[in-house]
Amino acid sequence: MSGRTAAGVAEKTLEFPDVTDFADPLLVVKDLHTSFRTGRGTVHAVDGVSLSVDRGTTLGVVGESGSGKTVLARSIMGLLPVRDVVRSGTVEFSGHEMTTMAPAQLRQVWGAQMSMIFQDPMTALNPVVRIGNQITDSLRLHLDMDRKEANATAVELLRSVGIPSPEDRIRWYPFQLSGGMRQRVMIAIALACAPRLVLADEPTTGLDVSVQAQILDLLQAMQRERHMAVILVTHDLGVVAKRADQIAVMYAGRIVEKAPTRTLFAHTRMPYTRALMNSIPRLADPSGTRLQAISGRPPDLIHPPPGCRFAPRCPYVQDKCRESDPPLRTAASSDHVFACWFPLVDGAPAPATAPSPNLETPPS
Amino acid sequence: MPTEHKAHSPTLGGTLAGTVPGQTPPIVVASPMSGGALPPDDILAKRPLGPLFWIALAWVAIVALCAILANLLPIPNPNFQNYTAINVGPNIHHLLGTDELGRDLLSRIIFGSRVSLVVGFAAVGIGLLIGGTLGLISGFKGGAFDIAFNAGSFVILAFPAIVAVIAIVAFWGQTLAKITIIIGVGTIPIMFRVVRASSLSFANRDFVMAARTLGASSNRIIFREILPNVVPAAVSFGLITVAGVIVLEGSLAFLGLSVALPTPSWGNLIAEGTSNGNLNTNPLILMWPAMAMFLLLLSINLIGDRLRQRFDIREGLL
Repeated sequence: MSGRTAAGVAEKTLEFPDVTDFADPLLVVKDLHTSFRTGRGTVHAVDGVSLSVDRGTTLGVVGESGSGKTVLARSIMGLLPVRDVVRSGTVEFSGHEMTTMAPAQLRQVWGAQMSMIFQDPMTALNPVVRIGNQITDSLRLHLDMDRKEANATAVELLRSVGIPSPEDRIRWYPFQLSGGMRQRVMIAIALACAPRLVLADEPTTGLDVSVQAQILDLLQAMQRERHMAVILVTHDLGVVAKRADQIAVMYAGRIVEKAPTRTLFAHTRMPYTRALMNSIPRLADPSGTRLQAISGRPPDLIHPPPGCRFAPRCPYVQDKCRESDPPLRTAASSDHVFACWFPLVDGAPAPATAPSPNLETPPS
Repeated sequence: MPTEHKAHSPTLGGTLAGTVPGQTPPIVVASPMSGGALPPDDILAKRPLGPLFWIALAWVAIVALCAILANLLPIPNPNFQNYTAINVGPNIHHLLGTDELGRDLLSRIIFGSRVSLVVGFAAVGIGLLIGGTLGLISGFKGGAFDIAFNAGSFVILAFPAIVAVIAIVAFWGQTLAKITIIIGVGTIPIMFRVVRASSLSFANRDFVMAARTLGASSNRIIFREILPNVVPAAVSFGLITVAGVIVLEGSLAFLGLSVALPTPSWGNLIAEGTSNGNLNTNPLILMWPAMAMFLLLLSINLIGDRLRQRFDIREGLL
């Protein structure tokens, strides 16, 4: 209750001028830490993540379950529970520092400038509210539209996400729609106020495989049309391979490799990234080919192992990996960073004792 | 949506229109659902509520209408004592007969229903309004607010309601408004608990988080996102509580603690039916109001129960 008065005092309208200079990044995250205090100890779900996203581009965030992808997305938005959560670091969005914003200011950013698409369209829509109203709510809140105007915009939005006869559908309830249609509605809701950044948290995980590509194509088409930046969180490298400009691979709360998509696939340095790639089943493989799983489990985030966190599962592990933690350092091109003592060279392990000298550049 | 898959699910003969047998049909990506929706009426069709529901609703409607229009109905004054017709059975002048003072029983029951209905619905209305609002906020906000109100509701519920109500009525007074308020306040903790539990179960749903990411304020989330989900449970439970409150008022009246005599209320009528040896001489005095109350409670419970089934939102359907 007291939070509201504090917010009321700090309330001022944030300015988001139309930027023509696309050079400076839309989102800059520096050294973001998020930890949860639990009965067993502190879980470091996000542990020192830095990244930046340029306007109109897509960043893919890839990692297996429990690697901190979702917590990262929610930390960027500031959508964390209040109790027993510690967040540090900075999140600068379009020139505004998000981590220190009052709730009332955050509400101006959420939906209008930055929005989120959720994993499960079955639960992310209110079951007892007509889908039309779920879209118009944010239009009327952020864009001050009247009911008629908002309804017309909602119809257009539904049409643009590929929902047939949207004039009738706006009066439907979520349970009347299929999973794919619901995710289209979710996208329409997220895009309603033309945000500059959309965080898509595994937007296709809850969907039928046959619909996944449609939804991702739709998201990409909307992104181009509206020049939005997208952070696409997924566990599937295959999903981001074609769609992301940059890919950040997360493991145990950290970014372990980050590069432009082409570079990442062509010059993989981190064994974990390679393992993720190998785990994608290939259509060309003969039937009966065993799937290449990554053996072992992600580390305990309460007591992470000393040294490299991937060491216990790494096929190329050396003594040094178990003893000290590899820092993030740049590879041949400056926009490619990775954290590994003995990085792969052309997909194969380098000679253990003598890493090639050009990899010894200090972290940037 | 069967049409989504139509394009790439060849029938057994492999004779999809425009497809050579044996060749994989093209996967349609663009506008996959064109023209393929079921009409909404088909989906909205639910299992019927059943004739019993409508009979119950009709009975409640009749009772309510009679209570509202009592002054316009061609019935004698409920307190008029006709000494030429004492303890007569049902006849054309007195459809349900008269009591030992020659008062028309039908008239007394109809006027008596006013008390039961007003106390029942108004008290639950008070409970829902105050308890429900607190429960909504408490379930959504959690924290110290929730702990305080939760503990408070337990303390109040721990005290036997009828004893508390008797004590307060005896002390404060026996008018209709006072009795309604006292019982209404008594239902606040029950309503609080039901609505809070329901609100709590919705507070952490994805759609609440989704609303937050769209910039919705707490008030907006509570009243636009959570409230519509809570209403069905609250209304059906409220109806069942109405039945309970009517019984409570009857018990008070039976003890002579409801609205003061000679104003008829169903509880007063039942009390009269058992006193002065009436049970021996004219059991109808007791039977009619007891039957009226029984049928009304049965109907209200039935309606509440059917509505609950109807609006029960199960995960499986989402």
